Amino acid sequence: MTDQVDQKPLTPTPVPESVISDILEKNPELEGIGTYQYGWADKNEASANARRGLSEEVVRDISAKKNEPEWMLDLRLKGLKYFDRKPMPSWGADLSGIDFDNIKYFVRSTEKQANTWEDLPEDIRNTYEKLGIPEAERARLVSGVAAQYESEVVYHQLREDLERQGVIFLDTDTALREHPEIFKEYFGSIIPVGDNKFASLNTAVWSGGSFVYVPKGVHVEIPLQAYFRINTENMGQFERTLIIADEGSYVHYIEGCTAPIYTSDSLHSAVVEIVVKKNARVRYTTIQNWSNNVYNLVTKRAVAHEGATMEWIDGNIGSKVTMKYPAVYLVGEHAKGETLSIAFAGEGQHQDTGSKMVHIAPNTKSSIISKSVARGGGRAAYRGLVQVREGAKNSANTVRCDALLVDTISRSDTYPYVDIREDDVTMGHEATVSKVSEEQLFYLMSRGMPEDEAMAMIVRGFIEPIARELPMEYALELNRLIELQMEGAVG
Amino acid sequence: MSTLEIKDLYVSIVTEQGSKQILKGVSLTIRTGETHAIMGPNGSGKSTLASTIAGHPRYTVDSGSITLDGEDVLAMSVDERARAGLFLAMQYPVEVPGVTMTNFLRTAKTALDGKAPSLRHWTKDVKQAMSQLRIDADFAQRNVNEGFSGGEKKRVEILQLELFRPRFAILDETDSGLDVDALKVVSEGVNREHAKGEMGTLLITHYTRILRYIKPDFVHVFVDGRIAEEGGPELADRLEEEGYDRFAAATPAVEA
Repeated sequence: MTDQVDQKPLTPTPVPESVISDILEKNPELEGIGTYQYGWADKNEASANARRGLSEEVVRDISAKKNEPEWMLDLRLKGLKYFDRKPMPSWGADLSGIDFDNIKYFVRSTEKQANTWEDLPEDIRNTYEKLGIPEAERARLVSGVAAQYESEVVYHQLREDLERQGVIFLDTDTALREHPEIFKEYFGSIIPVGDNKFASLNTAVWSGGSFVYVPKGVHVEIPLQAYFRINTENMGQFERTLIIADEGSYVHYIEGCTAPIYTSDSLHSAVVEIVVKKNARVRYTTIQNWSNNVYNLVTKRAVAHEGATMEWIDGNIGSKVTMKYPAVYLVGEHAKGETLSIAFAGEGQHQDTGSKMVHIAPNTKSSIISKSVARGGGRAAYRGLVQVREGAKNSANTVRCDALLVDTISRSDTYPYVDIREDDVTMGHEATVSKVSEEQLFYLMSRGMPEDEAMAMIVRGFIEPIARELPMEYALELNRLIELQMEGAVG
Repeated sequence: MSTLEIKDLYVSIVTEQGSKQILKGVSLTIRTGETHAIMGPNGSGKSTLASTIAGHPRYTVDSGSITLDGEDVLAMSVDERARAGLFLAMQYPVEVPGVTMTNFLRTAKTALDGKAPSLRHWTKDVKQAMSQLRIDADFAQRNVNEGFSGGEKKRVEILQLELFRPRFAILDETDSGLDVDALKVVSEGVNREHAKGEMGTLLITHYTRILRYIKPDFVHVFVDGRIAEEGGPELADRLEEEGYDRFAAATPAVEA
């Protein structure tokens, strides 16, 4: 939901029926949907008692519960004002189903944060066990873990050697208490309080999220992982993440998200701010697998300084509606920005995703690669903005977006905005829409693969250029999620 | 010992002009260890027969039957036919972007056998089969058929034949577009598999050239969706000399 890509949308260009294969007629089972396996819910008294709706009192209450300094409360109240004043976006996905008065804005599920899994309440611990998070930590696939449950981070751990090197990896609430100077310098500096309606809302009611600081020259070779879980129906989760990579450092941060299946909707509206200093490199990977009743409206933005590299790898598999366009502001010479985006829209889903690259300094480079798959009547849209400001001489950008339609009832749109204020630039844009062809299916099936397996192989092949950028266990997870989505998609 | 039996088969396709019958009563019986060549001019229905046996959705069987050891092949889905032991080496193999040959071959083998092949043997088998077919080792990491030349695609089809070890192999104009060297390599591959004595082969071709390398036991001449003449290998020699001209009167142009 970031980043004013809110120019007037171009006329949508639905793919003509004629280019879509007639698989649906032959496979009426396509109406089915893959099973969502993270849909269980825990009992939770805290959430039952949590209040609904948003007001100045709610905002003051959150701030008081966290014993925050005055400046943060002031900022929250300012956020609330902006939120009230700003209109809902008139572009992108349909957000009319969000009932702001029915949402629980703050749910405290446990009184204190744990740093061993055993210290967590049993329900919550079981949830994370089922999600495989402690297992990944034990297997040393990650070097730090933060687990957010409802509004707060309930479990937190960082490898000692990283701590000794001065790496800070904390939940954002704790960071505000323990590192007020860095915090005040950067919080809201990349995404200001009035940036957009949902960033304002997040500023007003934020809770949880990660705070990462990597000192000069330190390379965190094994990823840090954050895991976000919504458990309560009509929950609003508003985590706030701030990552600062100091000069010449490197870090890879990975987040995953799931929620139970409910009949009425929840809202996830995060804000992620990243500062990539001179010659540093940050990679931020998201595997978003919210259940199909979560509105996922997230603002993500990074600033890349001289010689710095920012990489967004953004996988959107779940949610009812996602609007998310991770941005990189290239403010230093020779800075690089890269987004790899995968969206999968099944029945009842609308994925409106893309990226935004803003070239401010000369000799900056950016690329956006987007792959979307739509089936079962789902909608997947690529929406992106490439802006080259005056003075950003010799900048280069390439955009490539490919859409794959699995049947005739799904939809794919492309909204590529370009705004160039400099002569000396190189731009490339390519977009394709393809269908799963009868011939491909026939070929694979004639080699013994059942139809759903053949279909999943074609879809996996389609997103392979992005999956190969993921650490292996995440690539496998992504493939598994796609297979689940495709299960029951065909006879 | 298996038998693939085609009885009085009528097949049509839907074109823009409406439904059009391509096969008009084809009967043919192939047994393990036999090689049958189906020859005929363009549009005579040879490839339609191949695709129909494999179960391509474009073709509608109007009447007749195909059975494999008495089992009704027409009642099986495409993948069930493959698992029952039918293999079609395609005339125009499609590209599957993002899927490596290695992954594709192993996934297919697993699906066909109902269990994953033992990794050590499998890797060795793939390597050996590739080298015998003069396929560069780096093809293992390339995407299925993506950017392959016509000849490379055909070799990869025969590679699959050797690795999947079907009960019946249908080669749909595998010789078309191959130069002499490639034709030899590909034919050797088919012969190697055939020599094991557990496969029946249905070789579909327009030209007699491939029959210098793969010796048929039976030759069937297709004209206008029917078998116009049948015989032993000597029939192929005759066709080489005389061409299909003597059937011309009975050959209206049919697009298939």
